[in-house]
Amino acid sequence: MSELVIETRGLTYNFGSQKVVDNLSLKVNKGSIYGFLGPNGAGKTTSIKILLNLLKSPADTVFLFGKEINTHRIESLKRLGALVEQPAIYGHLSGKENLINRCILLGLKKSKATDLLELVGLADSANKKAANYSLGMKQRLGIALALLPDPELLLLDEPTNGLDPNGIIEIRNLMIDLASNHGKTILVSSHLLSEIEKIATHVGIINKGKLLFQGTIAELHDLSKPTLEIETTDVAGAAAFLTDQGYVLIGSESKKLSLLFNSPEESAVINAILVNNGYQVSSICPIRKDLEHLFLDITKSN
Amino acid sequence: MTLPKATDMRSLIISLQSEFYKSRKTLAFWASILLPLAICGMITIGFFSNAEKVIARNYPPDALWGIYSGSALGIMGMLILPFYVIFMAFSVNNIEHKNDTWKTLFAQPLNKFSIYAAKYLYAVLLIFISLFLFAVFTIAFGYLLHALNNGLRFNEFSPVALLSKLYLKLFLSSLGILSVQFIISLIWGDFLKPMGIGFIGVIMGIIVATKGWPYAYLVPYSHPTLVLSLSKGKDAPDIFSREIYSSLIYALVFFIIGYFIVARKSVK
Repeated sequence: MSELVIETRGLTYNFGSQKVVDNLSLKVNKGSIYGFLGPNGAGKTTSIKILLNLLKSPADTVFLFGKEINTHRIESLKRLGALVEQPAIYGHLSGKENLINRCILLGLKKSKATDLLELVGLADSANKKAANYSLGMKQRLGIALALLPDPELLLLDEPTNGLDPNGIIEIRNLMIDLASNHGKTILVSSHLLSEIEKIATHVGIINKGKLLFQGTIAELHDLSKPTLEIETTDVAGAAAFLTDQGYVLIGSESKKLSLLFNSPEESAVINAILVNNGYQVSSICPIRKDLEHLFLDITKSN
Repeated sequence: MTLPKATDMRSLIISLQSEFYKSRKTLAFWASILLPLAICGMITIGFFSNAEKVIARNYPPDALWGIYSGSALGIMGMLILPFYVIFMAFSVNNIEHKNDTWKTLFAQPLNKFSIYAAKYLYAVLLIFISLFLFAVFTIAFGYLLHALNNGLRFNEFSPVALLSKLYLKLFLSSLGILSVQFIISLIWGDFLKPMGIGFIGVIMGIIVATKGWPYAYLVPYSHPTLVLSLSKGKDAPDIFSREIYSSLIYALVFFIIGYFIVARKSVK
């Protein structure tokens, strides 16, 4: 069993009377890239703030590196880096000075600032005032600040916000490199599934404070395999018949049954044997749910 | 609250260093050096160019020092010091408001109270530096005036003890205003509210202090004016007078309240 870097146990958080996080049980394994997905206002940022102990969680609900966060705040914060909402940058300081300031706060060597500017591709703008940075450059600087202490865990709240396609790919590759070659654990939040799909090993989908899905990306894909939906008058009979023929059914309703879709040819065969054996088929069609739709379904049905 | 540990002390020092680093290119930092230099410089130039008239009146050396240092003290204590303190309280907080960096600041692996205390302490330090330089420049420029014009007999009396005491009192008397303004600047991120409230406070403070209202010492904004008006009569004022105690109590109470505000603020 792998080690849990982040674990929340039935975490609930209220802003006044409004439940922002509702019975959330996150499990983030060491070395994974955990895509934390949800529409805007789902409670992602609140959850991340709780993980940073900016919002105080109830006792024994949040564990970082296996330790309760409220009683091990500084110890936990030392091992993580974070980018929350907009990157927190001092506009009157240059990119390099922003990093040096953080080096002072973290007790690190100032030379680390230069290394990180290289890493995120800001070496050329190191001495430019950060206020004059473009949105994408600010985002990179924010990521550099999060990476500065070489943390074991990275919490990135919509890190590719405002980046151009090139920048998005770079940050994506950086995240993959950090996780696979440097053993970092990354929790990255986003409201775009397509973005998470390409990098995450694990996914958690949150809506209205509730965790609706949590599992590996493969498990999520399983949910979205194409299916063949068949409408027939005698669902029970057809289901029994198809099972006899060796097909695997994945669901049946009053008028519909569905099985895994493999190819159009196979669909034709199924149609033919059903009709030949006296089952009336009123419709037969393959349905493909892409992850985007699945995500919408999951978050909508809540 | 538990007793401070060595790591909290380290957090405090690190945070102070960071405050210095962050603000070293800002007006707030340079004002603490340039303001005393500019005001003392102008008064010195004024004295130097009017040296003939001053010499003609033949003041005794202690009265000469009194007139000379009084011009800086008067302008400073009544008006500039309170506004300078208001501006200082504003700028150390504004640097975080403006950049939306409160939450990042409090997500650092440092003791939260130390981070806050460092901010407050940094403002105190800048005010101290400024008033210290006022005293130093006043004294140094006085002797410089004598060196430039032997007729100005600044050399025959040493104002060091008296001026140090007065500026120390001004420093202590400004801490009450600082703490009140510090909280106002913590709560509101804009410029107008702290400045507006501060302006009204200062005017009110001057009025109650100069009109001799018996409870003026309870209004923090009146403390610097009180320090100056009370010390006019006597030549050796006590350091810990009533308004100084009042100022220090205000400072302590509002400093503690401020922590609870900042601890909640950091999350929004």
